[in-house]
Amino acid sequence: MPFGNTHNNFKLNYKVEEEYPDLSKHNNHMAKVLTKDIYAKLRDKQTPSGFTVDDVIQTGVDNPGHPFIMTVGCVAGDEESYEVFKDLLDPIISDRHGGYKATDKHKTDLNFENLKGGDDLDPNYVLSSRVRTGRSIKGFTLPPHNSRGERRAIERLSVEALTSLDGEFKGKYYPLKSMTDAEQEQLINDHFLFDKPVSPLLTCAGMARDWPDARGIWHNDNKTFLVWVNEEDHLRVISMQKGGNMREVFRRFCVGLQKIEEIFKKHNHGFMWNEHLGYILTCPSNLGTGLRGGVHVKLPKLSTHPKFDEILNRLRLQKRGTGGVDTASVGGVFDISNADRLGSSEVAQVQLVVDGVKLMVEMEKKLEKGEAIDSMIPAQK
Amino acid sequence: KFLINYKMKYSAEQEYPDLSQHNNHMAKVLTAEMYANLRDKETPSGFTLDDVIQTGVDNPGHPFIMTVGCVAGDEETYEVFKDLMDPVIEDRHGGYKPSDKHKTDLNSENLQGGDDLDPNYVLSSRVRTGRSIRGFCLPPHCSRGERRAIENLSIESLDILDGDLKGKYYALKNMTDEEQQQLIDDHFLFDKPVSPLLLASGMARDWPDGRGIWHNDNKTFLVWVNEEDHLRVISMQKGGNMREVFTRFCTGLTKIEALFKERGHEFMWNEHLGYVLTCPSNLGTGLRAGVHVKLPNLSKHEKFGEILKRLRLQKRGTGGVDTAAVGGVFDISNADRLGFSEVELVQMVVDGINLLVDMEKRLEAGESIDDMVPEQK
Repeated sequence: MPFGNTHNNFKLNYKVEEEYPDLSKHNNHMAKVLTKDIYAKLRDKQTPSGFTVDDVIQTGVDNPGHPFIMTVGCVAGDEESYEVFKDLLDPIISDRHGGYKATDKHKTDLNFENLKGGDDLDPNYVLSSRVRTGRSIKGFTLPPHNSRGERRAIERLSVEALTSLDGEFKGKYYPLKSMTDAEQEQLINDHFLFDKPVSPLLTCAGMARDWPDARGIWHNDNKTFLVWVNEEDHLRVISMQKGGNMREVFRRFCVGLQKIEEIFKKHNHGFMWNEHLGYILTCPSNLGTGLRGGVHVKLPKLSTHPKFDEILNRLRLQKRGTGGVDTASVGGVFDISNADRLGSSEVAQVQLVVDGVKLMVEMEKKLEKGEAIDSMIPAQK
Repeated sequence: KFLINYKMKYSAEQEYPDLSQHNNHMAKVLTAEMYANLRDKETPSGFTLDDVIQTGVDNPGHPFIMTVGCVAGDEETYEVFKDLMDPVIEDRHGGYKPSDKHKTDLNSENLQGGDDLDPNYVLSSRVRTGRSIRGFCLPPHCSRGERRAIENLSIESLDILDGDLKGKYYALKNMTDEEQQQLIDDHFLFDKPVSPLLLASGMARDWPDGRGIWHNDNKTFLVWVNEEDHLRVISMQKGGNMREVFTRFCTGLTKIEALFKERGHEFMWNEHLGYVLTCPSNLGTGLRAGVHVKLPNLSKHEKFGEILKRLRLQKRGTGGVDTAAVGGVFDISNADRLGFSEVELVQMVVDGINLLVDMEKRLEAGESIDDMVPEQK
């Protein structure tokens, strides 16, 4: 809690052994990394806003593991968390992001013109295309830690910035706490509405406090560009549309993001970014680009092929059910997206999705005709 | 060395919670001005106003019960934040004033009767309370080190009990499947809280570390360690001998208190608030004495709610707080906690249940109960 270091000092009355969490049943990135020695070294530290190592790891202590996914088990409370607790976070980042080293540099590329193709994914298979990322606003602490005052300031700044957008981005903000029933119904039908987190992974990190105060959804009139305010990150930015024109989705994504960033910069609140970690977000898994570019695609035959997972692996893609992370696929329709976030640029990651999905649709067509796909299996990207 | 009051950069208006949709005791009391006066304070262990009220901000209200909406993180919370806690306590505990004194009486000999509630109607009898161990922070705030120290102290003390109180401790984190099944069958097992009222206050952190259940071999005396309070002490048995249940309760509690004192630890208690517990609703005696009783006719009588009120009793379903009655069987217990002694509260239950059962019998016989409706106690 951000009130000086009274509480953390109080805990120092107990020895390391007494305070060190029992991680014996745990299987998440934090539990793999946090030795007693690291805990001993970090436990008397705190960020300038008062975030401590116990705050960082609470969600991972409370949630030993997930049956389907290897969870991260820790969060940042502010930009400085990644520096003050680097002894814990650097190894986790390396483990999670394919060996990314403490000295590595991350490249940002939001120039959609650098994407090759991507406007013609077969709409008989690709039902919809979507790109999302997160952004944190410099000078504020992050959702696990921020106060109501900070959250409201973030909302105010965001609404100012977003309501100044025009053209294809002209839109409207719907605060969660004063939404009418009709507005709520419409947002649900559009698949835009986000609700109070129920996942204990999120609630244990404290990001649902004071719900629904200062949370809201902004979207453009065309319903193709959407911003969530104060959910798991300060901002989640989403570009989406039906069909397979990922290029158009990505163009809108890049243009919109850059317009928003300019407005925030004018108010002396740029986005949290550095050349090592790229964009700074609440969960270490979203560092770098924070980007998940994906499609809902019909792959009933390919998905039952014994090499499906291997193919995805090599293409650096991952599958999810159409309800998002944690869900199962329905009717052979999968959510396929990039697996990487850090160490490659936005353009590079969307390129992997475009090229990979194209290949998989061709494989699906081959399998429909009863032909083999062995010759099409790609090399590891 | 930092002295950062990070939230103080924002004005009181900017930080004051939106309580416009709220209906709990905290929301009724916490004005913007009170928030402004208390927001820069903290207890010696670092518990702040926002910590006190978080659960009430996150949980606007409950359809059936008027929730408290705030918790204590340590003994000093009730002092440092008295401007908020005193009016909440007054509202919740029938007008109890900051200058009032609370009486503790754990001498079961002072109870009159209570050994013969009709077992054809009274299926089981139970008395529970909570205790906090002075020198440690409370469940919303305590660290793993503190929680484990509380567990160790508890195990040490409980292991010494003998006679009909002799028993065993089952730590939640290394319970075998058989032990777990047995504890479930005995209705003893408590699980990780699911109620958002509890979760939002932080008391489920690090589950199940430091948590466990101790019970005697006879399965009539039970202690929960590190659930919503440091200790929850429960005496229970089938049938209507509330006197025996209460006697065992008092004897066991008194022994446990002596054992803790021998180890240099007393229970949190003062002459104004009685026993100090996590939730302000449990101050005073922290005692809920109740029975599961069959009242299919009386419970449908139009005056049922009024009768309970006058007897200073409350009804719950047999699943406990928040549940509905099944098959005309109700959990009936004392409504008060603070401002009455343990003996007085159990007496109200004993006398009240005797009357309710007599009324039930009357209604079974097709007779009226109008002349039996009691005065307000």
